[in-house]
Amino acid sequence: MKVSVNNTTHDLTGIDPSTPLLWVLRDHLNLVGTKFGCGISQCGACTVLIDDTAVKSCIYPISAVGDKDVTTIEGLASDEEELTPLQQAWVDVDVAQCGYCQAGQIMATEALLRENPNPTDADINTALAGHLCRCGTYLRVREAVKVAAKHRS
Amino acid sequence: MTTLDYSDIGKVIPRVLREDETTPTVFTEPQPPIKLDRRQFLKLTGLVGGGLMLSFAPLRKVRAQDGTVFSPNVFVKIDAEGILLYAPNPEIGQGVKTSLPMMLAEELDVAWEDVRVVQAPIDRAYGGQFAGGSMSTPTSWEPLRTAGATARHMLVEAAAQKWQVSADTLSTQNSMVKHASSNREISYRELAADAAKIAVPSRESIKFKDPKQYRLLGKRITGVDNDAIVRGKPLFGIDQMLPGLKYAVYQKCPAIGGTVKSANLDEVKKMPGVLQAGVLEGTGNAMEVLPGVFIIADSTWAAFQAKRALKVEWDENNASKDSWSETVTQASKLVEQAGNRTVDTGDVDAAFAANERQAEGYYKYFFVSHAPLEPQNCTAMFKDGELELWAPTQTPTWGMGPAARAAGIDQSKVKLNQLRCGGGFGRRLYNDFMCEAAAIAKNYPGVPVKLQWTREDDISYDLFRGGGFHKLRGCVDEQGKVVGWHNRHATITGDQGIGSGQFPMGMVDNLRVEHTGIDWKHRCAAWRAPGSNVFGFVLMSFLHELAHAGGRDHRDVLLELLGEERLMNRGGMHTGRAAACVKLATEKAGWTNKKEGRGLGVAFYYSHAGHIAEVAEVSVGDVEGTVTNRQGKSVQKRSLKVHKVTVAADVGPIINLSGAENQVQGSVVDGLSTMVDLAITFENGRVQETNFDKYRMLRMGETPEVEVHFINTGEHSPTGLGEPAFPPLAPAVGNAIFDACGYRVRTLPISEEGFYLV
Ligand code: FES
Ligand code: FES
Repeated sequence: MKVSVNNTTHDLTGIDPSTPLLWVLRDHLNLVGTKFGCGISQCGACTVLIDDTAVKSCIYPISAVGDKDVTTIEGLASDEEELTPLQQAWVDVDVAQCGYCQAGQIMATEALLRENPNPTDADINTALAGHLCRCGTYLRVREAVKVAAKHRS
Repeated sequence: MTTLDYSDIGKVIPRVLREDETTPTVFTEPQPPIKLDRRQFLKLTGLVGGGLMLSFAPLRKVRAQDGTVFSPNVFVKIDAEGILLYAPNPEIGQGVKTSLPMMLAEELDVAWEDVRVVQAPIDRAYGGQFAGGSMSTPTSWEPLRTAGATARHMLVEAAAQKWQVSADTLSTQNSMVKHASSNREISYRELAADAAKIAVPSRESIKFKDPKQYRLLGKRITGVDNDAIVRGKPLFGIDQMLPGLKYAVYQKCPAIGGTVKSANLDEVKKMPGVLQAGVLEGTGNAMEVLPGVFIIADSTWAAFQAKRALKVEWDENNASKDSWSETVTQASKLVEQAGNRTVDTGDVDAAFAANERQAEGYYKYFFVSHAPLEPQNCTAMFKDGELELWAPTQTPTWGMGPAARAAGIDQSKVKLNQLRCGGGFGRRLYNDFMCEAAAIAKNYPGVPVKLQWTREDDISYDLFRGGGFHKLRGCVDEQGKVVGWHNRHATITGDQGIGSGQFPMGMVDNLRVEHTGIDWKHRCAAWRAPGSNVFGFVLMSFLHELAHAGGRDHRDVLLELLGEERLMNRGGMHTGRAAACVKLATEKAGWTNKKEGRGLGVAFYYSHAGHIAEVAEVSVGDVEGTVTNRQGKSVQKRSLKVHKVTVAADVGPIINLSGAENQVQGSVVDGLSTMVDLAITFENGRVQETNFDKYRMLRMGETPEVEVHFINTGEHSPTGLGEPAFPPLAPAVGNAIFDACGYRVRTLPISEEGFYLV
């Protein structure tokens, strides 16, 4: 079994195909930016993109990825590159408190902006409804989404 | 098989950090300066951005050989390569990894862009390295400014010697020393080697800046870890990776206090990826290691699967039988009986006999869980009799002793690496997860093991905010002034209940508080703004009831109660600062100019040295039939929209405006989330809500607008903001609901009374 993550193909021979993508990323591929919060698709901390769709990787078995492309938070900008406008918006708005939910919120926003470059407040609320922020940064997340939308257009 | 006795768990209530208790010990003894050689320096700067594969070098042993590193104290290091500042306290989302170094940077007079911030190693030289009680800011203010100003003083001295001019003729700005009359300037980095030769001056010879000259404090500074956060770099406890790392889970008895009779270990050990499994008897201390079964596997998922297949027969003789539904029934009787009188001033009976205008209310609140988004975890390695820990904890130094005990070694053999916490809220003040990791690692020596709690573990084995029940009576005189107050309450034994520190104690002439303890087996402990987080709701809602009974405007009654400007005889509450917050919040929220169809409610609370008033603007929908609540009662269903919350806060000068606002916004969201629908219930000793499907936090669409105003008179030192903006929110919203529809909410969460957020 092979999967493509952030444009790199990984051989996953020997890994139980029912393993959720989240744990393959974290434990096997050393991509720990994607977070574990609940394991039951309730918090959004584990959100990644599969092609252009945001999915909760904690309940997504690795066998279901197939030949689609997985993008994680690490795949937005590589270390050497500048931050993407989306990431930069997050820094400029100083969204994070503890920061734990933010990778998931950013990935869901990436999916939203690919589909809807100019989201309204209501669009943003809907797109991010599956994301919990225990620290309560929702107002800043929404602001950062709008800043990012502006910078991308 | 177990010999330890866990019959006493409920009574081993851990220490609760409350603002009216003694301040935790802060180590302040001076330590010799620590210097780094070049390789060491680069290794440390390499940590910026969270290179967790590197471990902190043993700083104390390192001494600069060539004298090129200027490090007058443990917080500042400057050499030709750069300026390094150390953030001493754990970062749990309260922003101290940014705000504390800002204090240093301001007095050091460096340009913020020139600075790199790293998490300090755990070392007594840094003072009390903990995150709790909103204490990081007030306890760091003096030492960190001193550290920064001392370094600046020495750099100026070095330049004075170099140029053969008087130090008085020099000034500093943006990491440079300047000599205006000769138009010369030199960077701190170029001066580092010379400054390293200057003797550290005495504290008395150091002058702080006039706050008017501040260039950094009070500005909006983005968090120092934000770049790493948006790139998804390893940063948190859960992100810790080490060569050869294995993964562990630990199953305890769901009815806390149960011990292991037997388990299907042979079966579990045969499962794919499982490396080891065994029983831990526990340490006999409920705050350290409870009895259970550990499993070590080669991946987290394999460990989770094995945990699911694990079957344990528990001995529940001494285990929890906690039942919330039974407690609710009992408590309604308890509050009808006299309790332990904790406050009794004036003549309460005479006040009630003399004043007919009275109000009465029965308030209750459910248990809640901390539920930080990062479930508890800790990585541990036991090797050659030594233990190394990588821990997301709020109290690293308090955890090392218990962890050493759990591993059966001396504390001197423990090394702890402090990692960023994905939320704290008080949960990570207690290091049971760290002790478990230590005990498990001891059973698998020579290999690093990461203990990972599931979300279900995190909620089931939380140290909860306890539930409580209050019967309140009060009376007002002819003018509507509050003259009598009687609060009988039953809360979890070990929690002292309302003390003389809570507002409005000391402000009502005739006041009595009685308390009865409810024995509880599950552990309860500090939860964001302990005590105040629930007492604020009860007391500030009931004050509104009394204002209403007296036919008065709530704001007027609140200001009247605060009375003349004075410092109250308790932890620093000043009635003038309080009144200023009430006036500003109500004015900004349009108190006298309410929008059609909206309700406005105000509440003030003083906690953790913060004076904070909040005004909520709400609208309440019409009754939409009925709904059955958690207690099985049918209640009328109504929607609640919280449009806006206006906050006026006096916590002294603001360090980082962006971070401070974020804390207030977050506290408002947390306050609303918790008051509307969060509840933990127990039956048969077991927690009933163990994941976010049943423990439903507020989501983005329900978030109100939050407007924040900070008051700074310039007379006070800064105090913390992790907690004090939480307590006023629930009573402000409850009072606004009453204003909007005439219905008084007296239960937290208010979903018990049929309200749901839109
Ligand atoms: S961890 Fe996947 S949704 Fe919470
Ligand atoms: S920033 Fe802490 S959970 Fe969102």
